[in-house]
Amino acid sequence: MNVAVAKTGKGRAVSDLFTSAEGRLPGSPSVIAARREAFETYERLGLPHRRIEEWKYTDLRALVGEVLPLAVAPDAAALKRAADAIKAHAIEGARKLVLVDGVFAADLSDVKALATEASFKTLRETLEKDAGLLKTAATDAVIALNAAMATDGVVLSIADGAQLSAPIQIIHIATAASAAAFTRSQVAIGKGARATIVESFVAAGAKAYQINDAVLVTIGDDADVAHIRLMDDAPDALNVTSHFVTVGANVKLNFFNMTTGAAVSRLQGFITLAGEGSELSINGVNLLQKTEHGDTTLVVDHAVPNCVSREVFRAVIDDRAHSVFQGRIIVRPDAQKTDGKMMTRALLLSDEAEADNKPELEIFADDVSCGHGATAGALDENLLFYLKARGLPEKQAQALLIQAFVGEAIEQIADDGLREHVIGIAERWLERRS
Amino acid sequence: MALLEVKDLQVRVEEREILHGLTLTVNEGQIHAIMGPNGSGKSTLSHVIAGKPGYEVTGGQILFKGEDLLEMAPEERAARGVFLAFQYPVEIPGVTTMNFLRTALNAQRKARGESELMVPDFLKKVREVSKSLNIPQDMLKRGVNVGFSGGEKKRNEVLQMALFEPSLCILDEMDSGLDIDALRIAADGVNALHSPKRAMVVITHYQRLLNYIVPDVVHVMSKGRVVKSGGKELALELEASGYTQFEDAA
Repeated sequence: MNVAVAKTGKGRAVSDLFTSAEGRLPGSPSVIAARREAFETYERLGLPHRRIEEWKYTDLRALVGEVLPLAVAPDAAALKRAADAIKAHAIEGARKLVLVDGVFAADLSDVKALATEASFKTLRETLEKDAGLLKTAATDAVIALNAAMATDGVVLSIADGAQLSAPIQIIHIATAASAAAFTRSQVAIGKGARATIVESFVAAGAKAYQINDAVLVTIGDDADVAHIRLMDDAPDALNVTSHFVTVGANVKLNFFNMTTGAAVSRLQGFITLAGEGSELSINGVNLLQKTEHGDTTLVVDHAVPNCVSREVFRAVIDDRAHSVFQGRIIVRPDAQKTDGKMMTRALLLSDEAEADNKPELEIFADDVSCGHGATAGALDENLLFYLKARGLPEKQAQALLIQAFVGEAIEQIADDGLREHVIGIAERWLERRS
Repeated sequence: MALLEVKDLQVRVEEREILHGLTLTVNEGQIHAIMGPNGSGKSTLSHVIAGKPGYEVTGGQILFKGEDLLEMAPEERAARGVFLAFQYPVEIPGVTTMNFLRTALNAQRKARGESELMVPDFLKKVREVSKSLNIPQDMLKRGVNVGFSGGEKKRNEVLQMALFEPSLCILDEMDSGLDIDALRIAADGVNALHSPKRAMVVITHYQRLLNYIVPDVVHVMSKGRVVKSGGKELALELEASGYTQFEDAA
């Protein structure tokens, strides 16, 4: 029995989707050939399911049901709805790059203001020349599907030594219901540069849509980077995102992800420390309610000596929601003096909430300091009573303790305005709790 | 006028009866001391008045300003003016003291149908009170009670008392874990808050605290009942002769 090879009904649905979408996918003939190859990889693998170890807790075949048709390019009405959504979700002062239903929206973006600090192209433009951006170091079925189907994305290059005065915010807006958007972006940060990149995923009235995003990040030596991803998609959406990050020497990278939306989501990050002396801080918050399923899967590869990685992950799980954290730290034979640690904590707000933590350490060097820890528990009754005895109603007391619980991860965001923006999203999640 | 009336109160914890018919009346402006050995039910009484879960009231009643206190959630009791200064104030990492104080005060005001206190007024008040209690400003920016010494935690309780302006303050073993200087600062804070409208119930093992907070009435508790009540001299008598005589009486 080989389920991975078997073509399921769901697999065939995508096959039809590819055929029907092929004429709308940008790229030169060589790019189209690369897409076809990626699609064949996807077709060979099929949608990931629980018998594939990396997807054990996130069985897309069972959770997703069907893969939706490619979203049509947004019309004027869709762009108007997107413009309204930006008002609510844009970070003050940030340079915006906006993707609506998987298509770059120049009129909604700050391309001109950005031009002085970074060079910018769309994926669509890039693919007219070559297929390089469709290739990634690691692949699986959803990554291959993304390579086959990606319609657009942002291709950013920040010059050596550039000191960005404002964050760059990539905003993904969904306006098309019951459709899928496939995006792929590249962010190349030069040596000694200093930059803050924010990615936001939001809905503008759309329901039951699907997002498959991929982001390729390279960071030059001595750069100082904050990379923040805020996934606040509609409660019935799907979001599967893959990050590929290559870090140079003496880099400071502070990555933060927060999941507050989507019925089913997965962020899978493949991070390679390729230069010595770098410090990597990865912080994640999952806020899940109803029957939401949120998966964060991280592979941190210490390929060289003398790097530090810290992963702090917090999950707040209500109702019948399900949070997954898989963290793998690989220490290559040469990567002596590696200091890699991860700590994950889950707060279960209901008897039916579920948290799965799977830490993995693969250590091939002998002089390293690595470790992991995981806890899961309910809100402390003594703390709740103390707050109630001071006048806070139950829900408000819970909210305060939940904010404190995720605060340790959110506090890693250095920029005050950005941190407030993130806290605002967390507060809105708390208000949605029934 | 009676502020708090506890009538024939019977309380169980996990099938074991802790209070067997306790009766106590506290009038406005009075200071009552409740003394007694370990296990006599002093802390249980304070927890039941504040509404802590885990206690089953099987008989009797508690009236506060003539209303049935046992029907109210803990936060309603707080909004109406009941304040329990905890024996062991909890630490709440990630919630700054300032944020906690403002959230709690506004929750109480909202429950009473009052408007939120303006931030400048609030800050001014917090600064004044914390200064008088010798609480450094930077402590207010840290997590609630996180890294506070025993004395600082108790002073933080007194700070809240001053801000929330309750009409009934129950001080549960305020002297536990405090050295003499810390005790004096906390007691001075409590005395400053005493007023003709505000009553205090001071729960303690030792007479020592009552040198600083002088009671109008002293009650002796033993085995879940008040076995003797008297003036402040009763505390001195207890200090000299111990609780053993009352254990037989109970």
